[in-house]
Amino acid sequence: MPSTQLLLVGTSKGLIVFEKREAAWTIKDVHFVGMPVALIYEDERTQTWWAGIAHRHWGQKLHYSNDQGKTWQAVPTPKYPKDTFVYPNRPATLKKIWVMQHAGPDKPGGLWLGTEPGGLFYSDNNGQSFELVEALWNHPSRQDQNQWFGAGRDFPFIHSIVIDPRDSDHVYIAVSCAGVFETKDAGTSWEPRNKGLIAAYLPNPAAEVGHDPHRMLLCPAEPDVIWQQNHCGIFRSTDAGLSWDNVTDSNGLADYGFALAVDHENPARAWVIPAISDEVRVAQDLALCVCVTEDGGKNWQALREGLPQNHSFDIVFRHSFCNAGDTLAFGSTTGNLFLSENNGQNWQCLSHNLPRIDSLIFTHS
Amino acid sequence: MQTIKCTGALRRFFPNLKDEAVRGSTVAEAIQQFESHYPGISDYLLDEQGALRKHVNIFVGGELIQDRVHLQDPLQDSSEILIFQALSGG
Repeated sequence: MPSTQLLLVGTSKGLIVFEKREAAWTIKDVHFVGMPVALIYEDERTQTWWAGIAHRHWGQKLHYSNDQGKTWQAVPTPKYPKDTFVYPNRPATLKKIWVMQHAGPDKPGGLWLGTEPGGLFYSDNNGQSFELVEALWNHPSRQDQNQWFGAGRDFPFIHSIVIDPRDSDHVYIAVSCAGVFETKDAGTSWEPRNKGLIAAYLPNPAAEVGHDPHRMLLCPAEPDVIWQQNHCGIFRSTDAGLSWDNVTDSNGLADYGFALAVDHENPARAWVIPAISDEVRVAQDLALCVCVTEDGGKNWQALREGLPQNHSFDIVFRHSFCNAGDTLAFGSTTGNLFLSENNGQNWQCLSHNLPRIDSLIFTHS
Repeated sequence: MQTIKCTGALRRFFPNLKDEAVRGSTVAEAIQQFESHYPGISDYLLDEQGALRKHVNIFVGGELIQDRVHLQDPLQDSSEILIFQALSGG
């Protein structure tokens, strides 16, 4: 039986599963109705679905499904150890689970988890328990409020975890705010990798730590190429993060934003969804567009066909944009879900009526 | 002996939830006993450092507890402990 494409949409009021049948995308299932599904992730090694629930009252919870959502089980929520402090006199407690990433095909059962207030966790048993990665937590910069600090949230948070497909001990994380950190020994030691980034909001914009990457991804076919949508523009590294080039659109359109998608084969192609400035945060001229570059960020082209060009207040968060092959999808804060099946040249709206969209992934049944 | 009464909102996660008799000298001890009736429920009420979650309220004898960090408010025999979610939502 041929597989069916699925699009999993984590929203502020539940997990919504779209499927493609006879060329049309329709809603197949809704899970966790009324609950904020802030994180949706599939461990592609085992086809396990993970849902992070950000309850307003009851704290963060983590659920998984081994049967594509037919049944769900909860795992014990990752915990900051007793007497752990974010800053002096500020006990560390889990504020939000931001991102999950499997640890590589040669580490079965290995899962990384990025959280607020800045703790990275690791599980070696498929998420049945998680341990704080002490080496990062105890990094001198992490303990300095001038270097790790909240941006839009009260505390710093790890929102991107990138594994080198050639070497699963080689991992990058991105933190808002702190920047990019790299380990080559599976988390035993960490180094900042922020050379070339700009932190325009700091007295020293070229500080080693204190940057605000909004989203970071690498090109799987050429893993030395890493992209980031940053608070202060768009940056690309071609030397495995040792340095970053500012590839912000010189015409001023592709600049500020949160969302990023990268071509899995072509290291020169990436997409962003711009907004104007950190203080306004709406689409330029209230006209929603996706911007694509085909030449590593030298030039950016706006893709608008099928997107609202009048009075659009859609903003797209960092985990609400994804791609698989020629298909791209993004969801907005105003509950609009858009999909393109030709690399962004044309877009269709799958729904105008969803709650705020926080997380999107493609998979298949 | 005290009685814990919980908001019905928690029945979504603990379907068999009902009023429970517990015995403790502090709110923390009462919650610990409540956990033995409903394993995992303290994670819904308290953070990992043992403090009451920001949007959860506990009343003892009709009064909001004072110590949200260590839950050391004393209990009397026959105290009624009410656990509610705060009115925050959307």
